[in-house]
Amino acid sequence: MTSEHIVKSFDEELNHLNETLLQMGGLAEANLSAAIEAVASRNPELATRTMNEDARIDALEFQVDQMAVRLLALRQPMAKDLRNVIAGLKISAALERIGDYAANVAKRSIALTESRAVRPAGNIPRMGRLVQRMIKDVLDAYTQADAEKAKEVWLRDQEVDDVYNSLFRELLTYMMEDPRNITPCTHLLFIAKNIERIGDHCTNIAEIIYFMVIGKPLTDQRPKGDDAAFTVIQPENDDK
Amino acid sequence: MDETTTIPPAPMTAEKPAPTIAMRAAGLDVFYGDKQALFSVSVDIPERQITALIGPSGCGKSTFLRCLNRMNDTIAGCRVTGIVEVGGEDIYAREIDVVELRRRIGMVFQKPNPFPKSIYDNVAYGPRIHGLAANKGELDEIVYSCLEKTGLLDEVRDRLDEPGTSLSGGQQQRLCIARAIAVNPEIILMDEPCSALDPIATARVEELMEELRALYTIVIVTHNMQQAARVSQNTAFFHLGKLVEWGATENIFTSPQDERTQGYITGRFG
Repeated sequence: MTSEHIVKSFDEELNHLNETLLQMGGLAEANLSAAIEAVASRNPELATRTMNEDARIDALEFQVDQMAVRLLALRQPMAKDLRNVIAGLKISAALERIGDYAANVAKRSIALTESRAVRPAGNIPRMGRLVQRMIKDVLDAYTQADAEKAKEVWLRDQEVDDVYNSLFRELLTYMMEDPRNITPCTHLLFIAKNIERIGDHCTNIAEIIYFMVIGKPLTDQRPKGDDAAFTVIQPENDDK
Repeated sequence: MDETTTIPPAPMTAEKPAPTIAMRAAGLDVFYGDKQALFSVSVDIPERQITALIGPSGCGKSTFLRCLNRMNDTIAGCRVTGIVEVGGEDIYAREIDVVELRRRIGMVFQKPNPFPKSIYDNVAYGPRIHGLAANKGELDEIVYSCLEKTGLLDEVRDRLDEPGTSLSGGQQQRLCIARAIAVNPEIILMDEPCSALDPIATARVEELMEELRALYTIVIVTHNMQQAARVSQNTAFFHLGKLVEWGATENIFTSPQDERTQGYITGRFG
């Protein structure tokens, strides 16, 4: 139902909540983009700036929390409105976490600039673009209250997992080739893991949006692709 | 009244296993003259739960409530067709004794309406006319027990012979509830029982409803959606004489299935 509330200030408060959330999401997306740029261009200044930006996301999360609590206490939202406010609370927590992961990517990029460049770093921007698009599209799904779009983002996480898995194997191989690669490759591994986790948070947000719109949980089976946890690579010159 | 009388255990809890549906309406139509007020309402009222009827003014919820103990019989030009069953028995059947029916299905109104009698006699009146007490001792038991159940006993113990109208609004409403349960009903109908009460008195009545639910089936009409959400286990939403949607209160207030329900409970029309 798109029509407005009889009490207009109720609509204004709900809109304000939604807008603040979108602002948070926009910042998180921009920070991830900047962090990945810092990795690709080995730019410590950009990395430091990006890390500092995270405080703004945290401040917005606090604002969203306060607005949601206020709405619950003073407006006693029902049905769709109730689901919207609860979704706002949960999405803001997820976006805050995404911001933290982006800041961590930026932080590790500084350490990377201090060690030798390794080739797998080239795959990070590709993975980053996939996840950035997930953030953007899931926020669009939120704005448009589009459950199908949310579900589409939800399914897309598979692709991120696939890139992550191949990157994981590649990094292990590089580390086995030359111990001097271990420091940069470990940082890249954590960077990749951070980006992969951001993808997971996007799927969580997609589930929250689906529930917000439909009123029922998204119960389909999602293909789970992160099998790096089971991966073992043996060195070729293994004696035994 | 002997003030040392100990409070007897509740004498009126019938311990027979009963169907889980206390009351059922099927294809219920109501007309006031030429005007149709209810359109084919079918709903099950579960036993020992609180069912809230909500909807905008004129939606038919009070009309429906009044059908449940044939209060509409007293309205000239009112015609009821369809079925209302209590415990499987059609209450509109020819052989039904309406006085006995209204003993089984009590009613509490919007404005507290104690009889112009003493507090004691307000509660004792029903049991007396229905012959529920064999002697003064038994009648005392009933009166004390009902006042106790409604949380009034400690507040009025010393002034049982004062007029019921001398109590505060909230106390008067609880006195009316005590009066309703004194005749050992199965079902209590409440027509906006808190709309004339302040928030604290409202909270007391809501708490009382929650306690009474262990013993009685309660159907409440309320304009206050938050109240429906707070007190009821089931909610039925009426609009333009039709029962739009009914089900577990939790579902109605979190994920209603009908757009009209959604619009009403979120404050978009009504």
